[in-house]
Amino acid sequence: MTAGKRLAVIGAGAVGGSVVDLAGAYGHTVVAFADSGSAAVDDDGIDADAAVERKRTDGHVGDDDPEDALHADYDVLVEATPTTLGDAEPGFSHVRTALERDRHAVLANKGPVAERYGDVRELERDSDGAVRFEATVGGAIPILSTVEDLSPSHVTAARGVLNGTANFILSRMAAEGIDYEHVLAEAQDLGVAEADPAFDVEGTDAALKCVILANVLAGGDREFSLEDADVAGITNVPGSALELAAEDGRTVRLVGEATRDGIRVGPRLVPGNAALAVTGTRNIVQLETEHAGQLNLSGRGAGGEETASAVLGDVGRLE
Amino acid sequence: MTPTLGSDADESRSAEDGAPGDGHAEPQPHTIRLELADEPGELLAALEPISANGGNLLSIFHERGNVTPRGRIPVEVDVEATPDRFEAIVAALRDAGVNVVQAGTEQYAEELVVLLVGDIVASDLSDTLRRIEGFPSASVADVSVNAPAGRGEDSSARLRLATRAGGSPDALDAVRELAAEKDLHVIEPLAGGGV
Repeated sequence: MTAGKRLAVIGAGAVGGSVVDLAGAYGHTVVAFADSGSAAVDDDGIDADAAVERKRTDGHVGDDDPEDALHADYDVLVEATPTTLGDAEPGFSHVRTALERDRHAVLANKGPVAERYGDVRELERDSDGAVRFEATVGGAIPILSTVEDLSPSHVTAARGVLNGTANFILSRMAAEGIDYEHVLAEAQDLGVAEADPAFDVEGTDAALKCVILANVLAGGDREFSLEDADVAGITNVPGSALELAAEDGRTVRLVGEATRDGIRVGPRLVPGNAALAVTGTRNIVQLETEHAGQLNLSGRGAGGEETASAVLGDVGRLE
Repeated sequence: MTPTLGSDADESRSAEDGAPGDGHAEPQPHTIRLELADEPGELLAALEPISANGGNLLSIFHERGNVTPRGRIPVEVDVEATPDRFEAIVAALRDAGVNVVQAGTEQYAEELVVLLVGDIVASDLSDTLRRIEGFPSASVADVSVNAPAGRGEDSSARLRLATRAGGSPDALDAVRELAAEKDLHVIEPLAGGGV
């Protein structure tokens, strides 16, 4: 096992908080932790419990300036701020700062690698630091590291169910015969869906993950961003369609497909017993490979600890 | 294709009856029906995979006067080959992009199931079905409609189409176009081996 790393964790939501919480158990030291308005920085390691507790109770992680966290003495910057589209800021600048300082960057934020993949790779080429982003696709499931092991040039396609909220809604609608609006309200009560569910139910989140996969598969020959994706969500799928599908032994899932040629996300008919017909918030990715046949990877696609586990897996893979 | 005795890995060999453990069954005559584009060289290109895979050409019937609705020319080819070579020939023809309509006694029809979502009734379902029947590549095998009254949501229809071998993408394109015109959503099956 490689020696413990010094981490700066930027972003104090469920993922950032869990990374801070779990880093010690993986042998790493958190030297900086920041949200958008505050930071805790300590070269000897911050008090993780205190910082997480303070974020929970008074909304700040510490008394330092977030800018100090970016310039702290870390080996790895963990970018866990919310995903933004377009210029992917402020996440992109955080990654740039780390790479320009020849430090590594590990992302849980999809924005920079979905919207500005080429820019991120260019910064990485000029840096002694490396960029990893396992946590951006499929939460806890080791998808990108599996693609890396197989070699992206030998993976011909990736497809899967990559949004737990949409999948929860479709599987509840199918199982209970309840319509979309009622299941959405239930999902919001359970905390499975956000108050504004558009990002999930309109397919944007799944599409960003597929864009990232397509960028990895293309290996720099071609760069994709969200505007290259053909995206449809599940808001047009009525209960009547799920009933007709079920009568025929099928069901409907929001399936994303990524190849070197493009990205497509939309509700699709799949056999009810198919590997892709996962239920609830579960995610699955199916890889088509040249020499290894079809691989199915499924598991928890979201959640603070689950996603933090992927982040810490990336940290462990860094030299 | 290298004959491998008793190999489980090659499913095509399990179809060989009457010659257990014998990789060299007797050659038999088979009929292959093709549809070719009306272009120079098409016929020659279609015959190449037959000889390349050890088939012995017996006859070719090129029905130039009987063009299909899609403007293709039906060709009937009689070939003598062992069962495993015959399968390899059909696979090679498909790999070469040749439209194989029928091979041997088996009709290579494909099934395509799609859902249409929207105001199915107001969009004139019978017209939709009639126009799908008019597609050269597909016919409607069965239809189910689910129009829940009073639920205040869209109705749906499930269409099962029978298509010619390799005809599903064309049929799907035609369904998409028709649905867009009628303001319906299509929920498509997953292609490319996804299950």
